[in-house]
Amino acid sequence: MTDLYQAQRAMRNMRRAAMQRGVIAILDIGTSKIACLILRFDGTDSFGDDTVGPMAGQSSFRVIGAATTRSRGVRFGEIAVMAETERAVRTAVQAAQKMANVRVDHVIACFSGAEPRSYGLAGEIDLEDSVVTEQDVARVLASCELPDIGHNREVLHAQPVNFALDHRSGLGDPRGQIGNRLATDMHLLSIDGTVVQNILHCIQRCDLELAGMASSAYVSGISALVEDEQELGAACIDMGGGSTGISVFIKKHMIYADAVRMGGDHVSSDISKGLMVPMAVAERIKTKHGGVQATGMDDREMIEVGGDSGDWEKDRRQVSRAELIGIMRPRVEEILEEVRARLDAAGFDSLPSQQIVLTGGASQIPGLDGLASRILGQRVRLGRPLRVQGLPQAATGAAFASTVGLCLFAAHPQDEWWDFEIPAERYPARSLKRVVKWFKDNW
Amino acid sequence: MQPLSAPRRTPTLTVHPLRRDPAPSRWAYRMQRLWLTPLFRVMFRVGVPTFVLALVVGLVLADEDRRTAIAGGITEIRTQFQNRPEFMVGLVSVVGASPELADVVRARLDLKLPQSSFDIDLVAARARIQELDAIARADLIVRSGGVLEVAITEREPALLWRTEDGIEMLDASGHRVASLAARSDRPDLPLIAGEAADSATPEALALLAAAAPIADRVRGLVRVGERRWDVVLDRNQRILLPEEKPIAAIERLIALHQAGDLLGRDILTVDLRTEHRPVLRLAPYALSQLRQSQGIDISGSQL
Repeated sequence: MTDLYQAQRAMRNMRRAAMQRGVIAILDIGTSKIACLILRFDGTDSFGDDTVGPMAGQSSFRVIGAATTRSRGVRFGEIAVMAETERAVRTAVQAAQKMANVRVDHVIACFSGAEPRSYGLAGEIDLEDSVVTEQDVARVLASCELPDIGHNREVLHAQPVNFALDHRSGLGDPRGQIGNRLATDMHLLSIDGTVVQNILHCIQRCDLELAGMASSAYVSGISALVEDEQELGAACIDMGGGSTGISVFIKKHMIYADAVRMGGDHVSSDISKGLMVPMAVAERIKTKHGGVQATGMDDREMIEVGGDSGDWEKDRRQVSRAELIGIMRPRVEEILEEVRARLDAAGFDSLPSQQIVLTGGASQIPGLDGLASRILGQRVRLGRPLRVQGLPQAATGAAFASTVGLCLFAAHPQDEWWDFEIPAERYPARSLKRVVKWFKDNW
Repeated sequence: MQPLSAPRRTPTLTVHPLRRDPAPSRWAYRMQRLWLTPLFRVMFRVGVPTFVLALVVGLVLADEDRRTAIAGGITEIRTQFQNRPEFMVGLVSVVGASPELADVVRARLDLKLPQSSFDIDLVAARARIQELDAIARADLIVRSGGVLEVAITEREPALLWRTEDGIEMLDASGHRVASLAARSDRPDLPLIAGEAADSATPEALALLAAAAPIADRVRGLVRVGERRWDVVLDRNQRILLPEEKPIAAIERLIALHQAGDLLGRDILTVDLRTEHRPVLRLAPYALSQLRQSQGIDISGSQL
């Protein structure tokens, strides 16, 4: 626990150092593609301040390099074959560096797998003084009791989402306010520790340093949800290749995140099995002719399946589009129903606004919004990531929601638990800070 | 009813065989990152060529023989260029000097002609020529056609200076021009004498100019004690001039002479050294005549 706390603090410092140098790389390790963007920060506006800069920091950076490569060795958003993944990361990073013509040393990575689990934490303290200080915030955060997150699991995000002072709740920043009891609600996202270790190792083997990590469900929510959706409550469904991430936002804070270990690759695999074609052909048929809503015309639209067997009968196979939809639809329904179950378990029904935004590469299946609105509720829309400066046209699609979200996350990160001070009680007995605090309290 | 022909082949969906892994090798990746490092790029673009150049030059010049060969080659090219016919000087023409002086100047130049104009040290040659007393100024110009022109301005003799060794001609500034065998060679020039008389030549010329009304009687000037002048006239008459303002004194004397024919009388010296009291010294006969006319008996006296 403390190790990861220290590691996260170290990553924050590294991110700050990268900001000083002005160049940082964004790495989205997905199941179907690995995307690398290189950002140049040339704005002089400060990022460490509490004030939100113009456009939440989006105006301060520019994408100067972008590259995508087919992902290898990644399954369900987790690294399955280390060497393959390392080569894929190298390919993406090298191409992006070549485009940017600059060398990057610091990388912020996001991934979708590793079984994220959300926990809501609550903490409460009596204020020593009637005025809330930084130390009080630190103490109230420390007072949150850590649930049993399981063996070999690490904390990826731990964000205070709400502060309450006496009977007043919903405070963003309680510092300087007067009251007696300070309470906080914290959202904690835990992930599998070995996955993190693998990603860390993989990035180190590419001679890069990890300056931050994020859950891809979270960052695609940042980029795909518009501001009022984040404020009033919305869920972002990031349908990736190997896993589908779910993140629920309200009051501009993520309050829940989860992942379904199914995605677009499973649809392709169904097509591959159903039509007896290679995976690459299945993928191509899916993207070219796929759909989830069959109409009468689809019976007449014949798709040449082909094959390289040399057998005339096999190479001349044709399927109608209706058949293809018949293969795809059950799997997409299964994914959406699983998402529905996760959202129900999280209590999404009780949110004031129940907007659902579908994004990610697999959300581009024609007719998906119609199907999703039947399963998830009426308020479904397809989301595309925000436009950021310098982003190539090829990287503006829904498949790049988490990549773009990670850029925004890098420019303007949410305050996390490790960004606050350590409460003085936690310092070692002979620490100088403890002495300073004693002097402050007594004079 | 089904057609007998096979259905038209639509473009097949077979994908191109996937390229083999496009990933860069570990070393290619590292080299690219190294190449993108700004310091390394600068080192590679500036440092390496500089180093290689320095290394090559150093290796070439490390050998003593090669160094001398290179130096010899450069010298040879230089000599060849300098010895081209258009730079050769074959003739010295002396302008503005008498034939005898021109011969002296040629002998003094002492150039082995023909010679390249690069090899002739004109400054030294000019200094050598200007050492000659008879020459006031010499200008050396290499003209086209291989001619070294020596333009000479001769010193004009203005005075004769009689010394123990003989007679010298001096110019107006007192610089020696040449020796003279006899006074009669240049009767047109005035004569001066005395130790270090040449250093006061301008004053002597001014005195002579002031004494122009009695020029026919002036035999010369004598420098006394390196400080003042005597004017010597014929009949051994002598005018002693003061150290200060000798010209005013001589003008006064000329006024006296024109008023009362002073110098035509039987006088040995006129002493003008004291400004307000000129003193005359009479010849012995004149003195005795004067005494007799004043009724002074001088029979026993030597005077």
